[in-house]
Amino acid sequence: MGTSLDVLNHEMVPDHQIMDEEEVADLLATYHISLEQLPKMYHDDPAVKAIGGDVGNVIRITRDSRTAGRAEAYRLVVKRPKK
Amino acid sequence: MNSDMEQRIDTLDLPYRTREDLKASLAERDVTDGEFDLILEMVFSEYRKSRIEPCEAVGVVAAQSIGEPGTQMTMRTFHYAGVAEINVTLGLPRLIEIMDARREPSTPTMAVYLLNDWAFNRDRAREVSWQIEAAPLHEFGDITIDMENMQVLVMLNKAVCDRRKIGVEEILEAAPRKIREKRHFRDFEVEGDPKKVSITFTPKNRESYQNLFQLAEHVRHVIVQGIDDIERVVVRKEGGEYILYTEGSNLKDVFEVEGVDTSRTRSNNISEIADVLGIEAGRNAIIQEALSTLNEQGIGVDVRHIMLVADMMCMDGEVKQIGRHGIAGEKESVLSRAAFEVTVNHLLDAAIANEVDELNGVTENVIVGQPIQLGTGDVKLIAKPINLKI
Repeated sequence: MGTSLDVLNHEMVPDHQIMDEEEVADLLATYHISLEQLPKMYHDDPAVKAIGGDVGNVIRITRDSRTAGRAEAYRLVVKRPKK
Repeated sequence: MNSDMEQRIDTLDLPYRTREDLKASLAERDVTDGEFDLILEMVFSEYRKSRIEPCEAVGVVAAQSIGEPGTQMTMRTFHYAGVAEINVTLGLPRLIEIMDARREPSTPTMAVYLLNDWAFNRDRAREVSWQIEAAPLHEFGDITIDMENMQVLVMLNKAVCDRRKIGVEEILEAAPRKIREKRHFRDFEVEGDPKKVSITFTPKNRESYQNLFQLAEHVRHVIVQGIDDIERVVVRKEGGEYILYTEGSNLKDVFEVEGVDTSRTRSNNISEIADVLGIEAGRNAIIQEALSTLNEQGIGVDVRHIMLVADMMCMDGEVKQIGRHGIAGEKESVLSRAAFEVTVNHLLDAAIANEVDELNGVTENVIVGQPIQLGTGDVKLIAKPINLKI
């Protein structure tokens, strides 16, 4: 019953994309950081599930920024820690 | 400007909006290549000046920039927003609520947007609202207590059921199930008669009047239609379309209701948004809620400060509060944590766990009396011994 929910269609959810290994290597090289230094997101995050991401993937998020107009952010998918 | 220049602008290392603005302002002008180069040079130098400098303490600036205007906010908690009497927490209490990342805001509300077929017709919008608003059984008929036979009798009103688009069978099925599941009251038997549109509840213990009245109370208040958490729905017309404003929030269940626009419907419960739509939507919710709370009081805070706070809160994949149980409590440094709150506990725990403080942050270096690693304090000078005669 009702309309099916696609979280990626919601106006509050920015565009999520899985980056391939080459892009990740480029990203880490430009900012001189290690993978662990990226912001995280959990593997059971609705947006990660919607694009089929898994633990270890880096997700490129294209946000509608209020200052820059469009901004890219990156998050590493990690397992949700048990409480 | 020719297309060649436009392509050059696209490849520049500038923010999207700056590039678009540049293109727009040059679109109608004739510029030579030399002038174009000069413009680019000036744009770049302006852009470099506008960027935050390395070693700038942005967190402290953000804290001051939100904290100072915060002192001017009213302490008044309640406010009725607009014409519909939906009660929402505003002002300082709301701001504190956002920063504390409470699981449940003190006044959860939703704005439910409708799909095209429902949004422009008042009656159809009302139909959706009945699917959402929690309606107890006593709204659908008369409930009487038969003390002689120790029974609770429900006579459903067919007209009301038809108007609210719910079948009698549905109520016959939902009422006893919901009493058992949601209200955790199981000691009764039920007999429904679809022809006479009545339901009879009989308690198992037929000796106790107290039990009978208890059962009657459950029967009266059991939710048979709508979503349990949503206590009230107000239909309002805004910009030509009907929008439902609710008291109480349950995004997940509302998204399943027919006619609800799942791309625009929103809640003011940030952690609910983060759970249902993901951490990035949670980040957006923090920014929007904080900004609208501040702006509603006529306080202008630059969005960059709020974005920084929201980024910090959502850094680890879930919404963390700013405080002892969140960002401040998870700092690497013992001294920094001890300086914030519950000093003795942190020092004691750190001593027991044999923790080492690397003295990398600001707070811990202030405590031990060293230069802090910010601004000029972060720069180390190394002199090259050239022509040095000693």
